[in-house]
Amino acid sequence: MSTFQIDFGEAKPKIVGIDLGTTNSLVAVMELTGPRILSGIVPSIVSVTPAGEVVVGAGARELLISQPDRTVYSVKRLMGRGLEDIGAELKLFPFHIAPGSESVVKVQLGDKVMTPPEVSAHILRKLKSDAEEALGETITQAVITVPAYFNDAQRQATKDAGRIAGLEVLRLVNEPTAAALAYGLDKRKEGVIAVYDLGGGTFDISILRLHEGIFEVLATNGDTHLGGDDIDHLLMRVAFEDIQSEWGEDISIKSDAVQILRRAVIKAKEELSFVPQAVIDMEYGGKHYQREITLDIFNKLIEGIVERTLGPCRNCIADAGVTVEQIDEVVMVGGSTRIPLVRSAVERLFRTRPHTELNPDEVVALGAAVQAGILSGDVQDQLLLDVTPLSLGIETMGGLVSKLIHRNSTIPNSATEQFTTAVDGQTNVLIHVVQGERELVKDCRSLARFDLKGIAPMQAGMARIEVRFLIDANGILNVTARDARSGKEHSMDVTPSYGLTDEQVEAMILESYQKAEEDLNERQLREARVEADAVMAAVEKAKQEEAYSTLNDQERAAIDKSINELLVVYHSEDHLLIREKIDQIDQATQSLAEAIMNSVAERALKGTKIDA
Amino acid sequence: MQYYEAFGLEPKLALDLNDLQKRFYERSRQWHPDKFSRAGAEEQQKALDMTAILNDAFRTLKNPVTRAEYFLKQKQVEFAKEAPTELLEEVFELNMALEELREGDDSARGQLDAAREKFQGLLTGIDAELEELFALYDASAAGAVLDTGAVLDKVGRGLNRRRYVSNLIREVDKELNVHLSN
Repeated sequence: MSTFQIDFGEAKPKIVGIDLGTTNSLVAVMELTGPRILSGIVPSIVSVTPAGEVVVGAGARELLISQPDRTVYSVKRLMGRGLEDIGAELKLFPFHIAPGSESVVKVQLGDKVMTPPEVSAHILRKLKSDAEEALGETITQAVITVPAYFNDAQRQATKDAGRIAGLEVLRLVNEPTAAALAYGLDKRKEGVIAVYDLGGGTFDISILRLHEGIFEVLATNGDTHLGGDDIDHLLMRVAFEDIQSEWGEDISIKSDAVQILRRAVIKAKEELSFVPQAVIDMEYGGKHYQREITLDIFNKLIEGIVERTLGPCRNCIADAGVTVEQIDEVVMVGGSTRIPLVRSAVERLFRTRPHTELNPDEVVALGAAVQAGILSGDVQDQLLLDVTPLSLGIETMGGLVSKLIHRNSTIPNSATEQFTTAVDGQTNVLIHVVQGERELVKDCRSLARFDLKGIAPMQAGMARIEVRFLIDANGILNVTARDARSGKEHSMDVTPSYGLTDEQVEAMILESYQKAEEDLNERQLREARVEADAVMAAVEKAKQEEAYSTLNDQERAAIDKSINELLVVYHSEDHLLIREKIDQIDQATQSLAEAIMNSVAERALKGTKIDA
Repeated sequence: MQYYEAFGLEPKLALDLNDLQKRFYERSRQWHPDKFSRAGAEEQQKALDMTAILNDAFRTLKNPVTRAEYFLKQKQVEFAKEAPTELLEEVFELNMALEELREGDDSARGQLDAAREKFQGLLTGIDAELEELFALYDASAAGAVLDTGAVLDKVGRGLNRRRYVSNLIREVDKELNVHLSN
């Protein structure tokens, strides 16, 4: 048969843009008309039921109250961090840390233990399946946003989360930059803009120059542990004290009470963005707590937090090499920028009224979708030139840092260093790579140790090994080494200071595949049962037909037997067995089907004439 | 010189910054890894290498000081990194004033303000001098006859003084700010 085909061009698989937020997550895609959000906001909450089922999003938010010990939120705060980093967080968050969390924190959810990338992977999987449902196609590639001030380990952890969720992470994009993309794309802006991004758990400030579709980040600054969560904690502390004196009870040690209060506090906080007073209102154990908070009191309470965002802003302006007057516009991103005090502080510092007309919850995901469009080639004239937020250096004599790549360098960026041996016959050289602005190694963030081994024994200082440090477009460090004389690649062992090794990520991916297999099995089982139901209903109906009476006893017995056998395996976990029994019914009912067909044909022939 | 080649430029000490920026954007559009996300591994690696050089080159060349330092290094012109003798007396006075301020003598503040202004003036002068030297050197490439080695040596001495003076300013600023906030 000859067909007539229209060439629509090669259908490209879609790349989605994901905002993996501290509080909420979103997925978007680039379309001809512009970026579009694909599904509702997914709260970044993951819960494990006693039956072992993983619940993500709005469902998990409910479980946060009924089973707080099996539920985790704000896990982004733990990404890429070690045990000693998170002491302060543990005082504020009900994270249940599992044993063996020294280099990678592990969260205990009931009897399950998960690393932060695995928890995030559950959120990503939910977003992936939401996107697949909305688009009607399988999604395997994504752009994921991260706070601009995320360090190497935090970025790597985010990338790991994507891999575990079965997503190829084509690019990590900084959140404020993504917001600028979404903002600038629409308006065809030119000039210098600042993006002030205060989210649930992180703060970023970035200054960009926009010119003919190029978004050049001039400088970025921030604090990866500052956001709406901190405001919630201040309000909760007030309530804890009140309740202690009113009820004579410390509810801060009761995990369910803490979550009920947290929800009440967030409600009051959000109301204060629109009305001059709100009430923290909660019930627990049959008791009722109410407290009015005026905007004045609220502003006094959060003054310190808002002030903490201004220092990074001033540094960022200086690093960008611009004056406040040269900044044309300020764009506000993140839910916490709805707070009036935040808006007025930003307006005072930048001496311009910030843009608040964008939906601060959606703009980052929309920008991620634009970046996905750039990578797929759908968006042609836009290009993002981002920077690395922190300087990269190596440890030298006396615990000092020698900087190789300076902060606010446009990425990708690289530096090459020559290494040699210090004593005769030395066969390996250890390189300690750190990130940060301080002079001493102990004040910087350790990234990894690279062991250049297998150096041929020779006189001290004779070996020449050239090591190239490259920060890629994701802001992630790649290190390669070669022998400067032979030009051959030199092998090395890498020990990341924080985060997962490649082997660990592989194991998690494998596990998630097994999970995916279980999921597939579950679906096939459900489909087989649906079909079994349909077949049995059809047989029951056929038995009412006149044709049934034409069957002999043997044929009827065979049908009943096959139905019974299907019923026996119906609740088994084996979809193949169910299918086998369905086939058996098909065979047993063949003569019945023929008889029915014949009677239908007979009736037709006897009745009205059939049009030829 | 690799950094100049990355922009398709002849090695010159003086550069038109608007032109440099324009070339940077053009070449970024051509080579950025974003443009190669569906290309083969080899092409991707090339894009990565090209942009890494381009970014480093832009950062170095857009600033006249780092540009001149790079230029001298490529020309293998060494220059002394020491305190310029002509400034020794003033630096001595400055250190006295800094010491007094640290000991709580606020009357030294005026002296420091004056010193800061003076050094700032010196810096402006050095920048103007460097700019002249840049033009002088570049003219030789256009056919002017002069001792290029001697000019580059002067550039080196200018860079040394500039570094020294800007360090002094930074130190004064640090001291003034610390004691303001106290």
